[in-house]
Amino acid sequence: MTDAGAAAPIVRMTGIAKRFGAVEAIRDAGLEVIPGEIHAIVGENGAGKSTLMRILAGLFPPDAGTVEVAGRDVTGWSASQAIAANVGMVHQHFMLVPPLTITENVILGREPRSGLAIDMARAQREVAEAAERSGFRMNVRACVRDLSVGEQQRVEILKTLVRGARILILDEPTAVLSPPEVQELWRVLRALRASGGTIILITHKLDEVTEISDTITVMRAGRSVARFPTASASAASIARAMVGRDVVLSNDATTRRSPISQTARAGLDVRHLVVAGELRARAVDDVSFSVARGEILGIAGVEGNGQSALIEAIVGLRRATSGEISIGDRDITALSVRERDALGLAHIPEDRHRRGLVLDFSIADNLILGRQREYDRHGTLDRARVLADARAAIERADIRPADPELPARALSGGNQQKIVIARALARETAVLVAAQPTRGVDVGAIEQIHARLRAARDAGTAILLVSAELSEVLALSDRVAVMYGGRIVAIVPRGEASEELLGPLMTGAA
Amino acid sequence: MSAASSPSALRGRVAEALLPPLVALLVSIVAGDLLILAVGQSPGAVYRLMLEGTWGNAYGFGQVLYKTTTLVCTGLAVAVGLRAGLFNIGAEGQLAAGGLGAALVGLALPAGTTALLAVPLCTVAALAGGGIVGYVPGVLRARWGAHEVITTIMLNFVVLAFLSWLLSGRLRVPETLHTNAIRAGALPRLSAWWAPFHGSASNASLIIVLAAAASTSWYLFHTSRGYELRAVGLQPDAAESGGVSVGKTWIRALTISGALAGLGGINFVLGYEHYYEEGFATGAGFLGIAVALVGRSNPFGVVLAALFFATLSQGGLAINALVPKQMVDALQGVVILAMAASVPEVRRLLTLRRGAK
Repeated sequence: MTDAGAAAPIVRMTGIAKRFGAVEAIRDAGLEVIPGEIHAIVGENGAGKSTLMRILAGLFPPDAGTVEVAGRDVTGWSASQAIAANVGMVHQHFMLVPPLTITENVILGREPRSGLAIDMARAQREVAEAAERSGFRMNVRACVRDLSVGEQQRVEILKTLVRGARILILDEPTAVLSPPEVQELWRVLRALRASGGTIILITHKLDEVTEISDTITVMRAGRSVARFPTASASAASIARAMVGRDVVLSNDATTRRSPISQTARAGLDVRHLVVAGELRARAVDDVSFSVARGEILGIAGVEGNGQSALIEAIVGLRRATSGEISIGDRDITALSVRERDALGLAHIPEDRHRRGLVLDFSIADNLILGRQREYDRHGTLDRARVLADARAAIERADIRPADPELPARALSGGNQQKIVIARALARETAVLVAAQPTRGVDVGAIEQIHARLRAARDAGTAILLVSAELSEVLALSDRVAVMYGGRIVAIVPRGEASEELLGPLMTGAA
Repeated sequence: MSAASSPSALRGRVAEALLPPLVALLVSIVAGDLLILAVGQSPGAVYRLMLEGTWGNAYGFGQVLYKTTTLVCTGLAVAVGLRAGLFNIGAEGQLAAGGLGAALVGLALPAGTTALLAVPLCTVAALAGGGIVGYVPGVLRARWGAHEVITTIMLNFVVLAFLSWLLSGRLRVPETLHTNAIRAGALPRLSAWWAPFHGSASNASLIIVLAAAASTSWYLFHTSRGYELRAVGLQPDAAESGGVSVGKTWIRALTISGALAGLGGINFVLGYEHYYEEGFATGAGFLGIAVALVGRSNPFGVVLAALFFATLSQGGLAINALVPKQMVDALQGVVILAMAASVPEVRRLLTLRRGAK
């Protein structure tokens, strides 16, 4: 790694503060990045990592503090000025036009012309050359919508590089990638570093930080709390800096008590299920499995392989084309969400902003969603009871800030998720469908959510866990199923499951 | 320590609710000044005349209250729709259908039926008339996904033409466009209680309508059905995940919306002319959209906004001597535009100011 004393920092941010309405996103945050390094910014969700980077990329100005790039004060610059100064950001959500080809996406907004028309031959040549220079293997004539998520991400990176980026900011780039795709991304980033590029990587995954970065800046509650070379840090010391206290990181979950007689008390049973998705008639293609009570079945798989349609069909949000879903002996295939709920089916939706929460409702109102009729007294909602129950739930689930009247929108992602989970586990559940239960949630909250899921399992709930995080599936599941192309391609007991075995299955390679 | 319940935060929320309409009003007054100057009159004189003709004398104020009554109904109708995430543009037809419903029952009842029985029956008929017209686009949206903006607009034409056909077929008094006078269910004018209102059309239906506004507020914010309606309006996917039937909620919301618009029919039929007349609803349905927007889809805001637009409308008649009546229509448009622009803008400025503290 570059000697910190020798090279002047290429990025220096000091005393940065930024508020959004009542929420103070960051205060007194700072960052120093040396040219030619991979610099990881880690921190819990809501720590202010993305905000700090968006300020650097010129998406909005800071309220206070200074931003210097290559020794020049650029505080409050615009996104186009940032791009002109070779600072590029790859966002968590891709900004690509699916029906267009890779070439068309990359040149969008800066098309080479011949006369009035786009000089497509030249564009393709240039994009292909740029891809080769950066070590990307891709067919520049392919349509973006036909690409895997990992390939789409590489197009995003290429787009940024073609615009001349020498300082590349990546926001949670691995969130949507399978393990082999992550390795491919690391290869690309290392190649970029070797050619003199500087990379700033936002992440909350500790193993990634130690694997790829040269230097680490830790953010907590809107401040930069630590900066050290990766070589001198351990996963435990980084986690401590992130959370501000010691964290249990080990995955060795207390092995479960003997299963509650698996055959006698069937939990969830899915047989020959076929479900149509938005794009495919068979997004779920003849899937069968069962989850016993007191068991967690984890479904591993890269996103977009039918998991969403499967979840929605099980909880009653999407009609099954054929096949059968049952809880115990009860066929629920034709029942409504409310009827399934009455039979003890609970649901942690994968997208809490869309499915899990009414963001403009208060915490208290969100906690009763689905139970609102139970709070009727003489035709009026019993406000006092709603608030009392909300206070108890807030206390139990450690939701912060602990104000039941606050709109859910004002909370951090982790605390929003705690609302969703507290609601799902508020009563006895026979079957819990937990989709991405810790997505966008900080390390401290992940611990707590995992503990709640294990406790529910030990109390006899059948849990179907769907997660894009292979490590999460491995940490929680008693059995692991792999979903690829709408099918369950393997189900293995926890003891036999490993990243090496599952990784290739997840990409359809095995 | 919680941010939401501290006094300063409460003040902030009150400011956020009240400042935008006030700013919009200010903008409209300035725009109005320019309009008035443009036709060569003095703004001061015109506004004075307007105030004198509305709030300045009992008759004028009575007329304002009469117009307010109908606008509260159509405003509530649009507001309930918006709370459920639906844009009901059919208040015009729903209002007319409600008026005919009230008139039909009033005609069918034997003369001399006690008001204690006749008024509730006619009122329910008005609610039902509007409710049926609201129910149809609700079902079309829930079952077949037909967008309510299109269906409610189109239903206006269908309903108004249908009512016209009914009227001309057998209901009307020959040579007129209205029915016979109702035999029961008439409501007293407010002048019966307070003589200075004499001559104005304001009547006891105002009380029924204000009660409806209070009930609507109670329904929206204090019942589980109202909770479901608002959840569907804000985040239909989350409501659906919580087991709320989005389709049924849409149908319910548009039916209630239509019923509230229909209720406005009693103002004219039971309270003023005592018969159904073609065209009595003209304009009130569309003005209800403005009332709901300016009233921020809050029933009490709707009452205030209705009072405001009724004042403008009555004031338009008062200033006719100085400036063309169309001036007031233009001014109404300016108010709506100013409102639409100032709500997000003022809120942004408030947020900025709080952020700078």
